[in-house]
Amino acid sequence: MSSERFTLDRRQLLGAGIAVAAASGLTAMPGVVTEAKAAPAAPETGPIKVGILHSLSGTMAISEAPLKDVMLMLIAEQNAKGGVMGRQLQPVVVDPASNWPLFAEKAKQLLSVDKVAAVFGCWTSVSRKSVLPVFEQLNGILLYPVQYEGQECSRNVFYTGAAPNQQAIPAVDYLMNQVGVKRWVLEGTDYVYPRTTNKILEAYLKAKGVAPADMMINYTPFGYSDWQAEVAKIKAFGSAGKKTAVVSTINGDANVPFYKELGNQGIKATDIPVVAFSVGEQELAGIDTKPLVGHLAAWNYFESVDTPLNKEVVAAFKKFAKDDKRVFNDPMEAHYIGFNMWVKAVEKAGTTDHDAVIDAMIGVAHPNLTGDYATMMPNHHLTKPVLIGEIQGNGMFNVVWQTPGLVVAQPWSPYLPESKNLIGDWLPPMSCGSYDVVAGKCVGAKKA
Amino acid sequence: MRDRLTVATLACVLGGAALLAALNVLTAPASALHVPGFVISLVGKYLCYAILALAVDLVWGYAGILTLGHAAFFALGGYCMGMYLMREIGTRGVYANPVLPDFMVFIGWKELPWYWYGFNHFWFALPMAMIVPGALAFAFGWLAFRSRVSGVYLSIITQALTYALLLAFFRNDMGFGGNNGMTDFKDIVGIPLNRDSASVGLMLVTAVVLALVFVLARAMTRSRFGRVLIAVRDAESRTRFLGYRPESYKLVVWVFSAVIAGIGGALYVPQVGIINPSEFAPANSIEAVIWVAVGGRGTLAGAILGAVLVNLGKTWLTSALPEIWLFAIGAVFIVVTLFLPRGIIGLFTSRRSARAPQPADPAEPKPAAIESTAREAAG
Amino acid sequence: MACRSSGGGRRRGLLPAGVIAAALFALLLALPTAARAAADPFAELAATNFDVEAQGVRDLAVSGNPRAHAVINALRDGKLWAWKWPRPDAPLFIRTDSGIVDARTGAAVAAPAPVNLRRVIVNDSVRAAIETAEGALNLVSPVVAARLKAAEALFQSADAGALPLIEQALAKEHDPSVARVLREAHAAALLKSNTGSTEARLAAVDELAERADLLARGLLASLHGQPPQVAAAIAAAVRSIDRSLQLWGLLENVYYGISLGAVLLLAATGLAITFGVMGVINMAHGEMVMVGAYTTFVVQQLIAAFAPALTQFGLLFAVPAAFLAAGLLGVIIERTLIRFLYGRPLETLLATWGLSLILQQAVRSIFGPTNQDVTSPDWMSGAVHLGGLVLTVNRLWIILFALLVLGALMATLRWGGLGRSIRAVTQNRRMAAAMGIRTPVIDALTFGLGSGVAGMAGVALSQIDNVSPNLGQNYIIDSFIVVVVGGVGNLWGTLLGALILGVVDKFVEPFEGAVLAKILVLVLLILFIQRRPQGLFPPKGRVAEA
Repeated sequence: MSSERFTLDRRQLLGAGIAVAAASGLTAMPGVVTEAKAAPAAPETGPIKVGILHSLSGTMAISEAPLKDVMLMLIAEQNAKGGVMGRQLQPVVVDPASNWPLFAEKAKQLLSVDKVAAVFGCWTSVSRKSVLPVFEQLNGILLYPVQYEGQECSRNVFYTGAAPNQQAIPAVDYLMNQVGVKRWVLEGTDYVYPRTTNKILEAYLKAKGVAPADMMINYTPFGYSDWQAEVAKIKAFGSAGKKTAVVSTINGDANVPFYKELGNQGIKATDIPVVAFSVGEQELAGIDTKPLVGHLAAWNYFESVDTPLNKEVVAAFKKFAKDDKRVFNDPMEAHYIGFNMWVKAVEKAGTTDHDAVIDAMIGVAHPNLTGDYATMMPNHHLTKPVLIGEIQGNGMFNVVWQTPGLVVAQPWSPYLPESKNLIGDWLPPMSCGSYDVVAGKCVGAKKA
Repeated sequence: MRDRLTVATLACVLGGAALLAALNVLTAPASALHVPGFVISLVGKYLCYAILALAVDLVWGYAGILTLGHAAFFALGGYCMGMYLMREIGTRGVYANPVLPDFMVFIGWKELPWYWYGFNHFWFALPMAMIVPGALAFAFGWLAFRSRVSGVYLSIITQALTYALLLAFFRNDMGFGGNNGMTDFKDIVGIPLNRDSASVGLMLVTAVVLALVFVLARAMTRSRFGRVLIAVRDAESRTRFLGYRPESYKLVVWVFSAVIAGIGGALYVPQVGIINPSEFAPANSIEAVIWVAVGGRGTLAGAILGAVLVNLGKTWLTSALPEIWLFAIGAVFIVVTLFLPRGIIGLFTSRRSARAPQPADPAEPKPAAIESTAREAAG
Repeated sequence: MACRSSGGGRRRGLLPAGVIAAALFALLLALPTAARAAADPFAELAATNFDVEAQGVRDLAVSGNPRAHAVINALRDGKLWAWKWPRPDAPLFIRTDSGIVDARTGAAVAAPAPVNLRRVIVNDSVRAAIETAEGALNLVSPVVAARLKAAEALFQSADAGALPLIEQALAKEHDPSVARVLREAHAAALLKSNTGSTEARLAAVDELAERADLLARGLLASLHGQPPQVAAAIAAAVRSIDRSLQLWGLLENVYYGISLGAVLLLAATGLAITFGVMGVINMAHGEMVMVGAYTTFVVQQLIAAFAPALTQFGLLFAVPAAFLAAGLLGVIIERTLIRFLYGRPLETLLATWGLSLILQQAVRSIFGPTNQDVTSPDWMSGAVHLGGLVLTVNRLWIILFALLVLGALMATLRWGGLGRSIRAVTQNRRMAAAMGIRTPVIDALTFGLGSGVAGMAGVALSQIDNVSPNLGQNYIIDSFIVVVVGGVGNLWGTLLGALILGVVDKFVEPFEGAVLAKILVLVLLILFIQRRPQGLFPPKGRVAEA
């Protein structure tokens, strides 16, 4: 090592080089040196920037990339209508690459450097949880379109996806009442969404009188593909003479080998139906769905829903993406609703200032694509219908059942002891995300 | 003892950090020279990565151990700090439980598991961030080096180690937050984390720690211990025959490097705001090795340079070219290994010391295997 | 154990009501009586309520209407159309290849405007009713397989009302396998009905105990209110079935382990060549597997577009195509990248890691980030029942394929000019070059060979796993572990390593769950390496060290 000699000018050159590289690197980041400090005071004239925080690479790209596309379409359409308050919208797309710390970093960048008026993004709960502190600190607005496990109600987030009582519970009701299921297999991937959902479902089933011996709960790791043993276990559990169903919170990728194994071991949907919460048109687009015909999924939207507005939006999307084979799924509908609500809120508030828009969002209503209206409630969640669909041979779903009306979201599950007394209400006087109705006070969460 | 390169590196690190801090604190927000808080925490993150890179360079550049699992030690240190930060949240969590973190409340645990005791004290958590990775490294290293596992085999089992930890920490039953990890931190030793002053302070502390670690590592490699280490790297059997015990030397540097990585991890978590099992991902460890390769293996300063440059590039590319940044990063790796085998620092030293002893690769067992396979296939 | 009530209108499990109806229908076929007039089943079919629809199917099946079979088939195939709005005459149409026919009469009619029609859709309960109806018809079918299926359905429903039907069918049955199932069905129905003499019941218990599968066990376990002697026999039968199921379960685990091992073997064999023979650590190996999987997809698309008749043989074309595609890619990589990095295995690791990122992104850009649809041909679907074992066919093929690939590779290396050249170059490069072997060409071909094998592995993996740009990442670590366990460069070691890893994983899984099983395997690996630092079959001879 001592043989590394530098001449004086080499060392200086090196030092200068490093410093210059670092400095130029920092200035290369968009607008760093000229932009102001943390609290984003967005300009009041000129284009309105809208942030899109979805993974375009990595494991989540499969699910999230289409959400970026639908956002671009919505922004383009809005601009064609004259923008918002006469100002054009400018999308700012970043790629957090399915990397959770990178999500937080990109969120900080969108809020403090690009000064976007709102961010549409995230998919997994981890990504949402990692950006949550950023949005709360910098007082940003996040519109989160994916069904999730609840147990959260932040002032800076608008949850346009389903809470468990808008997906899991009605699906279980359908199986219990319409299909007559008596034995339950709760099959999930080992992470928070399935764990929490299964906890809620277990409590719910017990409350409905299902014996613990009639429930089997299994977890498998992410990307699990060797389903032989698990499927055999399900088959054995289902051979006790009572109608058995599988409630699947298996995450995206692992579903395909799971369904294939079910088909190979001869388990038909008429024997043991599987209702999935994470399988939609996008996940089915990659597989041959003939062996899956008859299995179920529970969502608030299906592409096959027959309303004129839905047909119009889906056609517009296929045209925008220049690909007739693109599919439209529930999170994309959630973005459609969320985006239009945000536009309305901005116009109602007359400004893009975050506090004003957050307050203006509550109560905004916009048609959803299933023929109803979605309304933003004080708990920052939407009213949604619940649809049960059966998989068809062409990868689409046939709606076989629907809740008679809209279901109001309960982000704090009444079936879990730690949250059964909590509600979220961001309207004054409560202005609290987790208000304990029994104790009569705001618990732990931040006030507006 | 200090040569020019060391001085230059220290100047850049400490000077640069001080400059950025000053530009953040002393200038007005609207000024053109102001450095936003977000940039400060970004730089802090790069410096933590630089600490990890130093750790990797110590074992790879100087002891010839290609470790593909060092992010495990980094992440373990991070988890220790994360546990402290979670305890600090106290009643400000979503469920307002003074003792249990939120994720434990919602998986239904009633009391804190034994391995969380003590983490509500900063002066317990910080040493643990060094002890836990160190202990794991000791156990692993003792087993591995004693059996003379080397070369590619060692690399693969370090991958296995970090992969096993990844799977283990993903499990929600482990009590470390499972897949969601730990997040939503409020403050550290009483200083709220969401203030710019906290970011600046953390970044400065990281810079100082980096400088200290760098000096220590430099001292270590230039001492007698370091010379034996290089001998072990270049000619292990010969060193053994000369009477030294390579296993002990390797073990010492391995544990030391793991402790350093743990410190890096502990500093990383408050600046990034989340610790999550994906920090254990094998890809992260491989990236750490890439940083060292880009900067220049076996130079220590190269590790720091490589870490900062590659991460800078990644940040810029994921914003500027989100659709194709992977192409760019992949190309960087290929270009560096093909055309800059001694890294960027090597560019500057190549002319003067063309005959300097090159860091040789650990000897690979010569595959006489095909012959034996053929013999077995025949017999 | 809850007592199952027999019959009942609501479909709750294993087709009780439907089978009674079926039984009646079949009896009616045997007895020349006039068809019973039911409430208009066609109107029920046109209803929008699924329960009414299912009832319509059942009524139609019983009604003896000559159109019943055609209409039920049309409903099953999605070719039955009704009027969009309720009408008292409930028109129903069947869409055939030659046009629209009226469902009730079968006569061709003028097609109504499409806006007036809606397809009659089915859900699970309607589908089950259709299956029952077809089952009933099948009991007297001339085809043995159809009769077997109907007999199984009767066994599963175990309905007392079907006893006369079963006895009648038994009397006429001459096929031994169908007859056995009918006897089992008889036994099941008898026991469920809680009637009959003790001897008859004991004989029925024996019959079911002999069947010894999950369904029999479930049935036996759910009986109650039997006389004490019978109850004792039932308990003993359940215990004996449990024991034999346990034994089969063990064998099944072995099978699962072997099939997982075969998958690992396929993924790791190519790596054993490039790593073992050439000393090149190729982190882009997973991407070669991915390229093979995508080649399968492309071949499938091409066949679908240009030669649809060959769809079932798509895989046979995909295997050589994948070998060539991945192999060619491997040769190109070797010539442009690896060549410059020989003797520097750690640099190759880094460079190939960068390459893997590029390949992943390239595939993502060309094909999109979503999964691609690769269908399994019919001859790879389903399962084989061997005693109590259920062996899925696709995995059987994969095991066979893995062994074939390994064998072919060993043969290539042992015999044949290329194999000899490869061995020569590996043993002593300079001497081989001096003997006239063109070492750069051999290097490229060896790397191409390893990559080509990985491509073929991709073909197999496309059948059991998702085809996405991330496919390679799932297998790269496991492949390295297999090669390390087996000993670098030794193909037998690779085989053994893969099998051991697969079997250990699958044996631990039922006890500890999949996640812990994986962790345990990794920990065992770390400990194993202490014992055998160079794998199961370390390279023999003096190893030159610096």
